[in-house]
Amino acid sequence: MLKRTPLFQSHVDAGARMVDFGGWEMPVNYGSQIEEHHLVRRAAGMFDVSHMCVVDVNGSGTIPFLRRLLANDVARLTQSGKALYSCMLNPEGGVIDDLIVYYMEPEWVRIVVNAGTADKDIAWMQLQAEGFAVSIEPRRELAMIAVQGPEARAKVHAVLPEQAEALTALGRFYAHNVDGMTFIGRTGYTGEDGYEIMLPAHEAPGLWQRLLDAGVLPAGLGARDTLRLEAGMNLYGQDMDENTSPLISGLAWTLWFKDAGRDFIGRAALEAEQATGVQQRLVGLVLEGKGVLRAHQRVVVEGAGEGEITSGTFSPTLGVAIALARIPVGEASHCQVDIRGKLLPARIVAAPFVRDGQSCLA
Amino acid sequence: MSNVPAELKYTKSHEWVRDEGDGTVTVGITHHAQELLGDMVFIELPEVERELAAEEECAVVESVKAASDVYAPLAGVVTAANDAVVDAPELVNQDPYGDGWLWRMSADDMSGLIDAEAYQAIVDADG
Repeated sequence: MLKRTPLFQSHVDAGARMVDFGGWEMPVNYGSQIEEHHLVRRAAGMFDVSHMCVVDVNGSGTIPFLRRLLANDVARLTQSGKALYSCMLNPEGGVIDDLIVYYMEPEWVRIVVNAGTADKDIAWMQLQAEGFAVSIEPRRELAMIAVQGPEARAKVHAVLPEQAEALTALGRFYAHNVDGMTFIGRTGYTGEDGYEIMLPAHEAPGLWQRLLDAGVLPAGLGARDTLRLEAGMNLYGQDMDENTSPLISGLAWTLWFKDAGRDFIGRAALEAEQATGVQQRLVGLVLEGKGVLRAHQRVVVEGAGEGEITSGTFSPTLGVAIALARIPVGEASHCQVDIRGKLLPARIVAAPFVRDGQSCLA
Repeated sequence: MSNVPAELKYTKSHEWVRDEGDGTVTVGITHHAQELLGDMVFIELPEVERELAAEEECAVVESVKAASDVYAPLAGVVTAANDAVVDAPELVNQDPYGDGWLWRMSADDMSGLIDAEAYQAIVDADG
């Protein structure tokens, strides 16, 4: 039996094609993935991301615990509401999950973890919490709706007038806590401005309907994937997992080594990897001709060796195929991708490919 | 929701075949197939004059979601390829039995094809 979010009936009513997404019955599209993609780039769309799991960490040991648990440093967060993206590593430096941390108070931090990894994440957190004065509380009673796109904020302000003033003042990558249940982050996974709204499950269908009435159309997980890939954002389980370190996953920017005394889990392994020399890098690829890049296609970098695409798709915004690929380190600017036995030329670029509706490609 | 024209022949692998009455057939993928695949973004067709064996992989249709092989529904020689769908793959979504046709080929033996009723049963079993 697949798990369903509180918005399941809303999706069915909207004509969604429902698929098994890591054990959850989720909408992959509501007709056309490409139209939903453009909607988010050009106006506003909304996603049901209630399958993701909110975890609250409370207690006097919250900050010391998270400085041990996470590879990024929550001590950098001093303003209430500020968000931070981090990896949670195993002792070998592999990625258990990537997550968003919202710092609210010295004794309250809210974390959002991926759906497919939530159970192992929570078990890992509880194991590591031993000796720290913290409580780790999964908030499965919360639903989450992401409203994304250039018009997303104005639409949400119109639907939630009582929050409009606070939201208008909210900076990018900050969250506004309404009452501990309803909680609005100016964050997302599309490369567009917008909000991620957490709220009690029973209130989710009502908010979804009011957003629909305000002209925000639903977008499925298919569009969410092409949007995040254009935005150069990694997908857990595809671009990195427990067997890859952040150093070969384009996530070195999320590692915080500055405080030499902070012994976060995985630190020793990462420092050893750096000392012996990081062997691979995660790069963006743009296919020069026609075709579609897909995960697991072989990448040939002349003079350097071979690599593999980790995520690939056709970019609706750019009209070309794009990918993230793990290849040998070096200065190469071009490579070839094996598509059904043919080696086709591709350009190596720095992600993101698209940000705020605009191409980032030279 | 069925969209399986009665006058066409089909394959179990979701190709449709229209007998043009002049020793050639037109081939495409069915409404059901395009719906499963989603928005088309890339199409590769067999070259004209290529000789195809029945069930040979000879074309590729790719949607945002996945790449899928298209198989020759019968043996014959390709007489025309629809360049319009190469330039505008969305035609396959918009009009799979019309402007979204893929190629034409000579055809002698159509005995391996199934009729609309048998194909409908396959679609129904797919859910």
